[in-house]
Amino acid sequence: MIRAGLTALLSHWIRRPFQLVTLMLGLATATALWSGVQAINAEARASYDRAARALAGPDRDTLVARDGGAIDQAVFVTLRRAGWQVSPLIEGRVPSPSGPLRVIGIDGFTLPSGDLPVTDTSEPGDVNMAFLTPPGLLLVAPGTQERLSNADDLPPRQTAEGIPPGVAYADIGIAQTLLGREGQIDRLVVTGPPSLTAPPLDEVAPALARRSAGGGNDIARLTDSFHLNLTAFGLLSFAVGLFIVRGAIGLAFEQRRGVFRTLRALGMPARTLLALLTAELLVLALVAGLIGVALGYLVASLLLPDVAATLRGLYGASVDGTLSLRPAWWLSGLAIATLGTAAAAAGSLWKVAHLPLLAPAQPRAWARASDRAMRLQAVAAVALLILALVLGVTGGGLVVGFTLLGALLVGAALALPIVLHSVLGLFGRGATGPLSEWFWADTRQQLPGLSLALMALLLALAANIGVGTMVSSFRTTFTGWLDQRLASELYLTAESEAQAEDLRAWLATRADAVLPIRSSEAQLAGAPAEVFGVADHATYRDNWPLIEADAAVWDRVAAGEAVLVNEQLARREGLWPGATLDVPGWADAPVAGVYSDYGNPLGQAMVGLDRFDALFPEAPRLRFGLRTDRPEALRTALIDEFGLSGANVTDQASIKQFSLDVFERTFTVTAALNVLTLSVAALAILTSLLTLATMRQPQLAPVWALGLTRRRLARLELLRALLLAALTFVVAVPVGLVLAWVLLSVINVEAFGWRLPMELFPRDWVWLGVLSLLAAGLASLLPAIKLARTPPNELLKVFAHER
Amino acid sequence: MLIVKDLHKSFDGADGPVAVLRGVDLRLEAGQTMALTGDSGSGKSTLLHLIGGLDHADSGTITLDGTDITALDDAGRAALRRDRIGVVFQQFNLIPSLDVAANIAFQARLAGKHDRDWADRLATRLGLTDHLKKYPEQLSGGQQQRVAIGRTLAAKPSLVLADEPTGNLDEDSGARVLELMLALVEETGASLLTVTHSQSLAGHMQRQLHLRHGRIDG
Repeated sequence: MIRAGLTALLSHWIRRPFQLVTLMLGLATATALWSGVQAINAEARASYDRAARALAGPDRDTLVARDGGAIDQAVFVTLRRAGWQVSPLIEGRVPSPSGPLRVIGIDGFTLPSGDLPVTDTSEPGDVNMAFLTPPGLLLVAPGTQERLSNADDLPPRQTAEGIPPGVAYADIGIAQTLLGREGQIDRLVVTGPPSLTAPPLDEVAPALARRSAGGGNDIARLTDSFHLNLTAFGLLSFAVGLFIVRGAIGLAFEQRRGVFRTLRALGMPARTLLALLTAELLVLALVAGLIGVALGYLVASLLLPDVAATLRGLYGASVDGTLSLRPAWWLSGLAIATLGTAAAAAGSLWKVAHLPLLAPAQPRAWARASDRAMRLQAVAAVALLILALVLGVTGGGLVVGFTLLGALLVGAALALPIVLHSVLGLFGRGATGPLSEWFWADTRQQLPGLSLALMALLLALAANIGVGTMVSSFRTTFTGWLDQRLASELYLTAESEAQAEDLRAWLATRADAVLPIRSSEAQLAGAPAEVFGVADHATYRDNWPLIEADAAVWDRVAAGEAVLVNEQLARREGLWPGATLDVPGWADAPVAGVYSDYGNPLGQAMVGLDRFDALFPEAPRLRFGLRTDRPEALRTALIDEFGLSGANVTDQASIKQFSLDVFERTFTVTAALNVLTLSVAALAILTSLLTLATMRQPQLAPVWALGLTRRRLARLELLRALLLAALTFVVAVPVGLVLAWVLLSVINVEAFGWRLPMELFPRDWVWLGVLSLLAAGLASLLPAIKLARTPPNELLKVFAHER
Repeated sequence: MLIVKDLHKSFDGADGPVAVLRGVDLRLEAGQTMALTGDSGSGKSTLLHLIGGLDHADSGTITLDGTDITALDDAGRAALRRDRIGVVFQQFNLIPSLDVAANIAFQARLAGKHDRDWADRLATRLGLTDHLKKYPEQLSGGQQQRVAIGRTLAAKPSLVLADEPTGNLDEDSGARVLELMLALVEETGASLLTVTHSQSLAGHMQRQLHLRHGRIDG
């Protein structure tokens, strides 16, 4: 019975190979986009974990200075003598011909052997003598080794396992020398419990605080939101793909309704029938899932270099540009394909389980949504849109933000067929000729069959408008912000402090103003941050992009009475004017203003120059901003006079261009996923139209028989697809704008820490509108051509064999 | 007047072309009614489709009121179907997206000769006045066929072609539909050519022709 039943069920796919291809294509594409994004996320997270292990070990507590500054090496000695099992660690960047290298200094004697990197020639736990003694040894990843081939000023390198790209391990003594920070430690890793006689930390080192494990993976924490964004996009693409799958499965089940009834009538139990159908779907899901995972790997490997560049530009996170095939990833790809199929087929399977044995066959029943179903859909749509509204007004946090996005998009998608039904009804009422009356009425009747594809199109278009508006708003704001922020015409970096003094003296009569730029890494509000010293000059007073400020803000900063903080630090810690902030060496510093600081993952504070010098006397005094009317001439003169390289004297335009390049790469992945989602939606329309085309003959043949040519009918079919795409686009514009608002005002604030003003770009919408019409036109062209070329005897079959 | 001369038509079969019509001749005067009978596969429906301009013949001519249908192109045949011929199908083939009133008026409006009074009278005569706002799926088979007849006659065609018009109806409904159709055809002065298996239906026509193996028998 099972074999006979399977033969009957599977014969459907043999007779309708196109439907099988549609189903597989939908599922494979959906899985591909989802698993592609997951592969990228998995790869990035693996890189962060390696980086985190390099810093302290993700599962180890650390001791840090309460004021966020450096720890004296003597404190380490005191702690060890007191019975505390701690290992010192220092971290910083040194210049290399191929860009800055992150150097991490470790102590091979106090760090547990499992935490030590394993080189090609050592056994786990070995401490290499060359590593400990000058000139030292840098342990690096193979890619970094290659990058540093010309770095003659750095100690010799050796490759080792598990080291993140762009990072070098060195003995702490060597690292301190390289970083120019002899006798200093950044943090102490707690490698084990203190001895029983060890005094508490408060007694032995009151200036230190213990930071719990798990909170230390700053890169992972910073980039979480970025990956959540990617995951949301992957889910959106998956959902759009599932619309195709739902359509194909629904159609296949409805077309086989007669077969199901016959099998049941011939004695097959409902349970067996359901089991056979489930097995059939499972096999299809696994095959399509495998194809999807393979395609996903391809998508991920194409996108990963851009993602890596984005993460580097946006968060300073290093991610390998190569992809590894992780079992967890491809298994999750197969699982999501199976789950997606189950979700798409649940309704159809439920109907089969409740199939009345003697009900009349209704081969096109699937295309006619009942009034009840329509009402239910309307109620669900309204409920979701109200939920989105409530969350938009009251909610906060990233999860709420994404819930709001989900409710908005699904609510809008569910509302679409109802809106289109009403609009087409209105058009129909205004129709005068018989043909136009038929056209509007028939278009309305086609809606249930096309609604899944149109909903997919709506989601893709709304996402496109929303993300496009966000990126364009960001670009406009960012460009304006760069103009404000990079007010100096030239930026100069001296090679030594002595040269810096000479440069100052030389520039005194040649530049309109010489503005020192000083900075130091520090801990602010318990997280890595930067502190800048800022000169009291009109350049800052006139241009600095303050978004909130007290009265006389610049006077107070210049007098060393208050600090400015960047927007991300202000939002994260609630540090608005009137609040206070602990800066290393300056407790309860009043916050006088907040400035926008796009593209910077770190918190930042600005203090007056004199105050900065007092707080960070060892900070290098090498950089200056120069104001001048003749930047090119001054640049040439500086290079000629002091023998500086071009890299030491950068003009404003180059920095802006560099910043804009980083910005553009940041959104390359978003743009690529946008295009992919739109392509999937176009595919959904094509498959729906092709599927419907085969079922349209009974509706079109009578009109043809009554005196319309096939060519004219084909033109009307084309027009119908264009009209529905156009109406969907009109609905997508407001949905996309609300989406943009959510992205700019909720998601971005949570994810990146800054809020952007929303700007409208109607020209982009026109372009997208044309694109969607083109997609719908192309998708409907093939069915229309098929219709125009349908031989009359094919159409006549409608009159001969319909029942 | 309809004149069919030496009409041939074949279709592609698994073992090469299959001749369905092998030189059919017939003549139907204006206002005359004729039944075309024959076994399944004898070519009745094919002949009806060729006369209705729904398909083209391999050879031979079909002339309706002086117009050679076989010489017309696709657009010409479409115009002929729209303006001068009405077809009643066995499966009714109503337009599911239009209500009964719109279905009745549809062909007449396409042909640009919609007469509201005539359409109303037809609806009354066909007993459809209570169903004008309903959609085809809400009607019984007999009611749907009455709408199909209304649609055909609303356009006042000179030739009505009917393909098993009562084949999908029970005996009582079939008889009532036939009676109405004949009365209304007579009232409009159209000719009626109906294809049927039913001897009882054929008996109501003024002339009967039997088709056997693609030729008029006798």
